[in-house]
Amino acid sequence: MTDVTKASTPEVPSGEGLDARLVVERGAFRLDVPLAAAPGDVVALLGPNGAGKTTALRALAGLVPLSDGGRLRLDGRELDRTPPESRPVGVVFQDYLLFPHLSALDNVAFGPRCRGTGKAEARAQAAIWLERMGLSEHAGAKPRRLSGGQAQRVALARALATHPRLLLLDEPLAALDARTRLDVRAQLRRHLADFEAVAVLVTHDPLDAMVLADHLVVIEEGRVVQEGTPGHVARHPRTDYIAHLVGLNLYRGRAKGHTVRLDDGAVITTAEELTGPAFVAFPPSAVTLHRDRPTGSSARNLWRCEVAGMETHGDRIRAALTGELPLAADLTTVAAAELDLHAGATVWATVKATQTRAYHD
Amino acid sequence: MRAPRGSGTATGGAPLPLLVPALIGLAFLVLPLVALLLRAPWSSMPGLLTGTEVWQALRLSLICATAATVVSMVIGVPLAWLLARVEFPGRGLVRALVTLPLVLPPVVGGVALLMALGRNGVVGQWLDSWFGITLPFTTTGVIIAEAFVAMPFLVISVEGTLRAADPRYEEAATTLGASRFTAFRRVTLPLIAPGIAAGAVLAWARALGEFGATITFAGNFPGRTQTMPLAVYLALQNDPEAAIALSLVLLAVSIAVLAGLRDRWMTAS
Repeated sequence: MTDVTKASTPEVPSGEGLDARLVVERGAFRLDVPLAAAPGDVVALLGPNGAGKTTALRALAGLVPLSDGGRLRLDGRELDRTPPESRPVGVVFQDYLLFPHLSALDNVAFGPRCRGTGKAEARAQAAIWLERMGLSEHAGAKPRRLSGGQAQRVALARALATHPRLLLLDEPLAALDARTRLDVRAQLRRHLADFEAVAVLVTHDPLDAMVLADHLVVIEEGRVVQEGTPGHVARHPRTDYIAHLVGLNLYRGRAKGHTVRLDDGAVITTAEELTGPAFVAFPPSAVTLHRDRPTGSSARNLWRCEVAGMETHGDRIRAALTGELPLAADLTTVAAAELDLHAGATVWATVKATQTRAYHD
Repeated sequence: MRAPRGSGTATGGAPLPLLVPALIGLAFLVLPLVALLLRAPWSSMPGLLTGTEVWQALRLSLICATAATVVSMVIGVPLAWLLARVEFPGRGLVRALVTLPLVLPPVVGGVALLMALGRNGVVGQWLDSWFGITLPFTTTGVIIAEAFVAMPFLVISVEGTLRAADPRYEEAATTLGASRFTAFRRVTLPLIAPGIAAGAVLAWARALGEFGATITFAGNFPGRTQTMPLAVYLALQNDPEAAIALSLVLLAVSIAVLAGLRDRWMTAS
């Protein structure tokens, strides 16, 4: 995945890989997500809760039927009406769903057994998978005796043991505590890099998506709002949701030369020169706050704002501001104390033009 | 202030309007069993219990109750699965019909079975003329009567367990290539085994004590259809001491079952 030459565009010629349009209608909710990936690609579906990510995954697995207009092809094979047990698809569920009455080994052997492999052979294969995951000594353990990270690896081994052409991971790290997460994320990254077919993972954690995937599809309210490489999406967010996830202030307006005029009248001066509909983004750390109107500042952007709220963010304080321009600003605890910041206080916010990033809508 | 808070025993805190009826209730349940023990003709017991009829009736009871339980499991567990897992129109009505034998007086059940499976019954006449099979007043008839009354206990118990079990395990199994039946057999069934065991014990106990449906559908022929409850009832007319002795045997069997399963139930939950 570190290989930058690896294909990351969703255009896939007919044949190898995944080519789908996931349409699922359920009452008032409609999911409509085109999805394409080449073998070896890791695609992350990122989005807020209720966006339809898990529904998309279930549709890929065949656990939810596609509605009219939906289609699903994998390696050139039509899978629209194929029942889940006949799809070459492996799933790692969010809470793993390891069968509690079976040992780790028998959990992994379950898939091969169901697909016609003899008992001894299936268990031998399962043992190899567990060894690959570094879990040989836990082969006989029941799932309730495994730690979260171990259970996750057993679930991954179980899904891979059927040699799927499409691997689905539903919030693969959500059930783990912060410390285990770091290890498991790194391991998962290695296993996904080794995986030769298409992998699709669902997450609401941008970090997981950025680390694990080479193509990001952002879903909001059942629709794709943005896709691209993780780096591109992070630098050029197109919705508040992504901007908030990656910690950026994001505005939409019309660019003319070095300025972007927002719909509500505020003007942002930018380093780039653009014309037409555009986004402007800058990180909260680019904002400098002053109690009085600054006179000697070289910053090209100056807004009068009011403090709406404050919260600690690591060793810094993030202030939410309203006024001429709603924005988030990061400052040190010392600075916050010196400025005597409190909710309702009036402040002046400055941002250098060079700290902003403008791009076409 | 009355008793200091927190230091009281359980009864110290129980208000009288609850405590008195509770103790009456306890006595109501225990006293008859104690009376049975007090009036037992202990000295003549060996003589009363060595008769072959007693052992015949006990053997028949155990065999029929076990057979009825097995029948209930074979057809009742799939029925419970259908009710818990498959959406179909009229499911509520079907569930009501399944539970009806729970509240139906067993004698009515026996009459209904005669109408269905009797020699001139709706189904029974064909069984008789095509296959020469006669069910009423046979040992098989006893098993059918007991299963009719006992199966709803098993179905209700298993359905409840199935509803509490996470259906996503079945989904996980299908994504691994298991057909729906394989998923049921290899994943669901082991997961709900404690519920099936509990339901089977309830059904078995109910079958063991079955009286009304049995005597109506299968009659009261010693050695063939006379189970322990029928034997007790018959003995009570002629030989009350024998009836007490037989009752004690049934009580002992019940206690043995309860004691035997207590540990299993505790660890299963």
